[in-house]
Amino acid sequence: MTAYLTHFLVMVAIYAILALSLNLLIGYSGIFSLAHAAIYGIGAYASALAALKLGLGFWGGMVVAASVGAFASALVAIPSLRVAGDYYVVASFGLQVVVLAVFMNWTDLTNGLAGLPGIPRPRLFGWVIDQPFEYVFLAAAFALLTWAICWRLTNSAFGRVLQAIRDDEIAAVAMGKNVVLVKIVIACISSALGAMAGSLYAHYITYINPSSFSLHESIFIATLVILGGSERLAGPIVGAFVLLAVPELLKFLAIPDAIAAPMRQIIYGALLIVFMLVRPEGILGRARDGR
Amino acid sequence: MAAEAAVLRVQDLSRSFGGIQAVDECTFDVRPGVITGLIGPNGAGKTTVFNLITGFLGANHGSIRLQGTEILGLSPHQVERLGVVRTFQHLRLWNKMSVLENVLLGCATPAGENVFGLFLRAGTVRAEEQRARDRAMEVLSLFGLTDRAHELAEDLAYAEQKLLSMARIFATDAPVLLLDEPTSGLDSESLGRIIPMVRRLVDHGKTILLIEHNMELISELADQVVFLHQGRVLAAGPPAEITSDPALTEIYFGV
Repeated sequence: MTAYLTHFLVMVAIYAILALSLNLLIGYSGIFSLAHAAIYGIGAYASALAALKLGLGFWGGMVVAASVGAFASALVAIPSLRVAGDYYVVASFGLQVVVLAVFMNWTDLTNGLAGLPGIPRPRLFGWVIDQPFEYVFLAAAFALLTWAICWRLTNSAFGRVLQAIRDDEIAAVAMGKNVVLVKIVIACISSALGAMAGSLYAHYITYINPSSFSLHESIFIATLVILGGSERLAGPIVGAFVLLAVPELLKFLAIPDAIAAPMRQIIYGALLIVFMLVRPEGILGRARDGR
Repeated sequence: MAAEAAVLRVQDLSRSFGGIQAVDECTFDVRPGVITGLIGPNGAGKTTVFNLITGFLGANHGSIRLQGTEILGLSPHQVERLGVVRTFQHLRLWNKMSVLENVLLGCATPAGENVFGLFLRAGTVRAEEQRARDRAMEVLSLFGLTDRAHELAEDLAYAEQKLLSMARIFATDAPVLLLDEPTSGLDSESLGRIIPMVRRLVDHGKTILLIEHNMELISELADQVVFLHQGRVLAAGPPAEITSDPALTEIYFGV
C-alpha cells in the first residue's frame, strides 16, 4: 500500500511539473500547444540516452533534456509564433506527430517500440535514489522548483507582458513590447521545464517507450491545466492531483480492466464537458456567472 | 514659415490596398509641443496614416522622419522605443488586467521584462518595479484615475477607459503621442473632461498628432490642422483657416 501511494505521489509531482509548465503557455500567454507530451518524451529520451550512451548521470542528463527540449520548441516556435498565435496549435500538433514518429522509427537510437531499458537511478553525492519514498522527495523538490520558477515568471513585469499578449497582442506591440521574442522565450522555458519532467520520469521508471508520449498524453496534460484552472498558479497542480486520483479510485470499485480502461477515457471526456459548462475557469476558477 | 523644425516629417507617403489609393503622396509636418489634428471625411486615410507612422503597415513609398531619423520600415515596437506611441480608436485596453497594470505596462521595466534579469538581478528588478509603481500611480493621479487603480479595465466607464488609453501611452515617456479619435463616442460632459486632458499633455512637453472626426471640435482641440481627402492632403494650417474654407467644408459635409 505504501509503494502504491508513493508511486501515486511521484506521478502527481511529475504531472504537476508538466501541467505547470504547459500553463505558462495556455493560461498565461494564450498559446495553445498540443506538443507537451512530445516535449516530455524528448526530455525522457534525451536524458536516458545521455545516461546509456554517454554515461552522463541523472543531473547531466537533465541539463541535456532541458536544452534539447527548449531547442526543439524553438525550432517550431520561431517560424510559427511570428504569425498570429493560432498557427502554433497546428505547428505543435505537427511537432507531436513528428517526434513520436522519430521515437518509433529511429530504432538505432531509440530502439523503437521496444523502448530503452536499464536507465540508471539518480545519484546524489554518491547516494543512489532508488527507494520510492526517496523519489517522492526528489520529484516533489522539482515540482516545487518548477512552481517557484513559474511564480517568479508570472508575478513580474515579464508576467505582465505575457498577460498583455494574451489579452490583446496588438496593444502589446503598440506599447513597445517585442511580442515575438517574448512568445519564443516562454515557449522555450515551458519546454525546458516539461523536458525536465521527462527526465525525472525516465530515471524513475528506468524504462521508456514511445507509448508514454503520444498525442493522447498531450491532450491529457492540457486537460489537467483546463480542469485545474489556468487562471491560478495552483490550478494545474490541483488538476494533476484530481485527474490522477480518479482512475486510482476506480480501481477500488470491482470493475473489470476491460471496462475500466475505456471508462477512464469516458470520465475524462465527461469531466471536460461538465467543466466547460459549469466551471469554465477550472476547479480553482470562479463558478460561472458568480464572483 | 520659419517654424521650429518638425518633430515628425511625413513626405510623399503613399499606400494602396488593391486598386484603392488609401494614402496618396501625403506630405505634412508635426511641430513640437503643439497639437496637430488630422481631419477629413470617412475613408480619407487618417487611420492608415497612423498605421503607417507606427509601423503597423508598410508604405508603397515615401518617408517618415522622426527628428531626422527614418522610421518607415521599422516594426511597431521599434517605433515605440524611438518615442512615437499611439492609442487605438477601439482602445484595445487589456480588459482583464487592472487599471494599474495597464499603466505599468507603459512604464519602463527592462530588467523585469528580461528573463535573465528576473532570476539573476533580483535587487535591480525590485527597485525598478517600485519605481514603475510609483510612476504609474503618479500618472493615474494626473488622469484622475487613482481610485480606480485596482479595478479591471473592462469595468471602467467608457470615458474613463479613454483616459486610461491615454494614461498608458503617457506613462511610456515617448515624446510624440498619436491619439486616434480621442473624443469619439463621448457625451458633452465627458468631452469636458477629455479635451482639457489632451491640452494638458502638451503642457507636459508632449507633441500630439490626433485624428478628429468632428469639425466643430477641431478648433477646441488642435493648434494645427491637416485636412485629408481621398488620401491626399488638401490643406494644412490653423483650425480657423480650415474650418472657414467653404471648399473644405463642402467636401467634409458633402453639401
